Amino acid sequence: MKEQLKNIEERAKDAIASVADLKSLEELRVGLLGKKGELTSILKQMGKLSAEERPAMGQLANQVRSQLETMIADKTKALQSAAQNARLAAETLDITCPGTAPKTGTLHPLQIVENEVREIFLGMGFSVADGPEVEYDYYNFEALNLPPNHPARDTQDTFYITDNILLRTQTSSVQVHVMETQKPPIRVISPGRVYRSDAVDATHSPLFHQIEGLVIDKGITMADLKGTLELLMQRLYGDDCKIRLRPHHFPFTEPSAEVDVMCFQCMGKGCRMCKNEGYIELLGAGMVHPWVLENSGIDSSVYSGFAFGLGLERIVMRRYNISDMRLLFENDTRFLEQFK
Amino acid sequence: MNLSLRWLADYVQTGVSPKEFCAEMTLSGSKVEAYEEEAKRLEGFVVGKILEKKQHENADALFVCQVDMGEAEPVQIVTNAKNVQPGDLVIVATPGTTVHEGNESMTIKVAKVRGVESRGMFCGLETLGLTQNDFPYADPVSVFVLQEDCKPGQDAASALGVDDVSVEFEITSNRPDCLSVIGLAREASATFNVPLNVPTPKFNGSDEDITKTLSVEIQNTEKCTRYVAGLVRNVKVGPSPRWMRERLRASGVRPINNLVDITNYVMLEYGQPMHAFDLRFVKDGKICVRNAKAGEKITTLDGVERELADDMLIIADAEKPIAVAGVMGGEYSGIMDDTVDVVFESAYFEPVQVRLTAKRLGMRTDASARYEKGLDETSMPITLARALQLVEELGAGEPVGTTIDCNHADPKPNHIPFDPAWINAFLGTDIPAEDMVKYLNSLDIKVENGECISPSFRIDLARPADIAEEVARIYGYNNIPSTVVKGVANAQLTPEQKFNRTIEQTMAGLGFYGILTYSFISPKYFDKIGLPADSKLRKTVTITNPLGEDTSVMQTTTIPGMLEILANNYNKRNAQANLFEIGKEYLPTEPDKLPEEPHRLTVGMYGGEADFFALKGVLEALLGKLGISGMKYTRCDENCPYDEKSAFHPGRSAVIYVGDKAVGIFGEIHPDVQKTYGIGVRTYVAKLDIPTLFAVANTEVTYKPLPKFPAMTRDIALVCAEEIAVGDLEEAIAEAVGRYLEKVELFDIYRGEQIEAGKKSVAFNIVMRNYEETMTTEQADAAMKRVFKALAKMGAELRES
Repeated sequence: MKEQLKNIEERAKDAIASVADLKSLEELRVGLLGKKGELTSILKQMGKLSAEERPAMGQLANQVRSQLETMIADKTKALQSAAQNARLAAETLDITCPGTAPKTGTLHPLQIVENEVREIFLGMGFSVADGPEVEYDYYNFEALNLPPNHPARDTQDTFYITDNILLRTQTSSVQVHVMETQKPPIRVISPGRVYRSDAVDATHSPLFHQIEGLVIDKGITMADLKGTLELLMQRLYGDDCKIRLRPHHFPFTEPSAEVDVMCFQCMGKGCRMCKNEGYIELLGAGMVHPWVLENSGIDSSVYSGFAFGLGLERIVMRRYNISDMRLLFENDTRFLEQFK
Repeated sequence: MNLSLRWLADYVQTGVSPKEFCAEMTLSGSKVEAYEEEAKRLEGFVVGKILEKKQHENADALFVCQVDMGEAEPVQIVTNAKNVQPGDLVIVATPGTTVHEGNESMTIKVAKVRGVESRGMFCGLETLGLTQNDFPYADPVSVFVLQEDCKPGQDAASALGVDDVSVEFEITSNRPDCLSVIGLAREASATFNVPLNVPTPKFNGSDEDITKTLSVEIQNTEKCTRYVAGLVRNVKVGPSPRWMRERLRASGVRPINNLVDITNYVMLEYGQPMHAFDLRFVKDGKICVRNAKAGEKITTLDGVERELADDMLIIADAEKPIAVAGVMGGEYSGIMDDTVDVVFESAYFEPVQVRLTAKRLGMRTDASARYEKGLDETSMPITLARALQLVEELGAGEPVGTTIDCNHADPKPNHIPFDPAWINAFLGTDIPAEDMVKYLNSLDIKVENGECISPSFRIDLARPADIAEEVARIYGYNNIPSTVVKGVANAQLTPEQKFNRTIEQTMAGLGFYGILTYSFISPKYFDKIGLPADSKLRKTVTITNPLGEDTSVMQTTTIPGMLEILANNYNKRNAQANLFEIGKEYLPTEPDKLPEEPHRLTVGMYGGEADFFALKGVLEALLGKLGISGMKYTRCDENCPYDEKSAFHPGRSAVIYVGDKAVGIFGEIHPDVQKTYGIGVRTYVAKLDIPTLFAVANTEVTYKPLPKFPAMTRDIALVCAEEIAVGDLEEAIAEAVGRYLEKVELFDIYRGEQIEAGKKSVAFNIVMRNYEETMTTEQADAAMKRVFKALAKMGAELRES
């Protein structure tokens, strides 16, 4: 019996070692250790042994059994791991093949920049006001200190609907609406479309976009105006961006200024891009004219304020280096997809 | 306004380079657009004196000249000019110089002309960029022989006086005083902190009493507050002297003759337009400033006969109009070769009157542009004196010593409080009061007893803010510090603004590109989308002065604009386009009232996976994101509230309802419309009403506890007629299941083999759940029985499998 056990052990060792798949291994296990297995049947013969032989033989049989079990378990693990590795190898992908993401879209570049400007101003405590594009002459001109026949009206070629109704030429019209409906302190911006009868070319469009800003409170100074615009430009163009103010004339602000930003190309030295001036004109601004305040029912001896208006197209074109404004209105998908 | 720097130097010495002058003037408020150094144009041109002229040995038409160019040896030049003789001074283009004649240009080289070496070229007026107006004595077609005081070797620019610097200013409409040399000299004096010297003009004149010859009457003293007239006897019409011609030219004004040049010169110098009449054509020597009579006519200097209206101001003689006040003179009022006596006018006309008259007659002149901005009411006698002084200086005639001054003007200077503390508080600066006074004085603004007194030429100064601006611009805008607005402000987007932002971001996330279209369209676009002739959308906000028909009406529907852009993309061979825009429609209300401007979302797509359901899916995803549920879809039939249904395929379009509110229309574009737009593939468009969407949206998200009990799921397949809508089947199922319904979802539609023609197989997944306890199979079966019964009623039968 001892030989039989040794024999089984020897054969089993070889058999387990040579098994190549889990199924054969399981068959082998059943053949050895199953109810009708070789080892099991030998153990059944234990009863025939003498009482003296039985303990030693029992011990040996158990030893063989546990050894075989361990070997089978080890082999199982090895085979499982090999099978897993084979599967992983078989599933290897060409990782350079393109992804299959859902299509994404994007906002129009003008909207992207407008949202950016809105956010900058929201951060500075400005709300956003909306106003009509088809507007009464009063809001677009008269209430802004531009009475009928004022020569400055010539500089804004206006589309008229009736004698009294027009397409607003500037978002400044919203100033008056805001002042009529809100009490100071006022801190708003108003982005929107404006219209002037300019024929379409690379730098003109009969429809373009402005962002108006208006701040009214006690003790608002021209230095505040300068600081606010400086902050805006630095957020838009980077911390090293420099601006300069030039005296100008707008009937609804006094003092009035045009604001230039230092040319990014030449940093103020003068180049082709800035027509050798070193600066590029970006917006108009000023302290709200006391007449405009009073006309809207705000006491100019108590309150002061500033206003500014910037052309969005100019900022967008500058930002993305777009040389022809018409591209913005053509909406060619090959153009639009670049702003993702 | 073009300024001659040489002219400016008569009144102020800035001591800076042209470049620096321009930069500083710009920063103090007189914006320089550009400047031109005239001498640059004449580099390489040099004065030469002809020493000897001989016939060319090989050519009859050519001459060989020895020319003194100021160097040790004379220079040999071959010419074909017959009009030059030894001793003549000419301008020579030296080798290396590029000369322009007409549109051609060439560079002068040392070359052999018919075997004889030539080292330059003699120049005519044209080559030098001059005309006979500049040098009236010159032969206009041959070589220009100089009669100037100059010497061989001298550069042409200085010899010809073409060495001025012309600075182009952009003057804002509030500063008509700066449309003059003296006005700009005053600004320069303040800017560079140097003195200004403007002498008072004086003339001698004869002893004659002007009133014996001339009378002036102002009938409309409201529109003409001052009229000053002078008389010049025995004028000698001829060219004006070189210095005057040079200055006019540098100012962009063409020299004509001494008398006309004088009026232009004074206008440029003082900003006050002057007018000259030939006394022969002033009937009875009577000048009357009055309103025109209705129907009265005048032929103006430009030769055009114009009919006048009774609210136009004119200058008339005893009988007829001789000038339109402040705009243009009559044809006989100018200076002619045989003119003997001349009347000079210097007057103040009310700005709006001039502006309106000029506009209505379609004649904006240099004079009218000045009058309409408002002039200095006190400058008339000074400018007349200046003109008469120049007449004497130039020997252009004999001024009569007396003048007529019809003065109804009462210019009152504005007294404006001067409060340095307020100015500093307003500007955010710390400028000492005495500096402020210095700045103001340099601009001729007097400061007395705590008040600023505006000078007569500064009609724009009225309030403390105006004074603050004057202080600020001389102090320097860029010296003002930068500060942050004090105080806290509560800023956030309104719910509507956030709603629009969600739409925008969701559409971009769903793969669409934002576009930007014009708000105005052509009325023809309505026909392009087949809009009925009586559609209310054809009632538009119409621009009375459009750029063209294409942009003449404000859109009442956003669909044509989107189709235009889709068509553009298709024409550019872009295989696919998924586009959206948040824009406005402009819907007329009442006459003389503003239109409504509601926001619309317009979506357009073609190519790729675009089809009706892809678009519907996008809209459903968007509405879901906006917190809108319970959409119902109806066909675009006669009850469709959108007139634009004409643009859509009738079987592939729908109106979206939320509750009883229509929120939008979408679907496939009608093949005819698609063809009209030249789009070769099926195209899909949606238009949603944003305000309505906002009204029905529920942006409050509330949490529902997760279910504790399992769901019962049943899949059913039905066979029914094609005409039965899936939506109706869904509704019937939902109703039959009742309160335990969690979801009913279509998962398949099948047509073809095994299904009778005209029928379809439709399969649904039904999920039922009781939130209180486990639903039993019996309960589920009972529900399904009700479902089958309800479906059978509609003619849908369970499909045998």
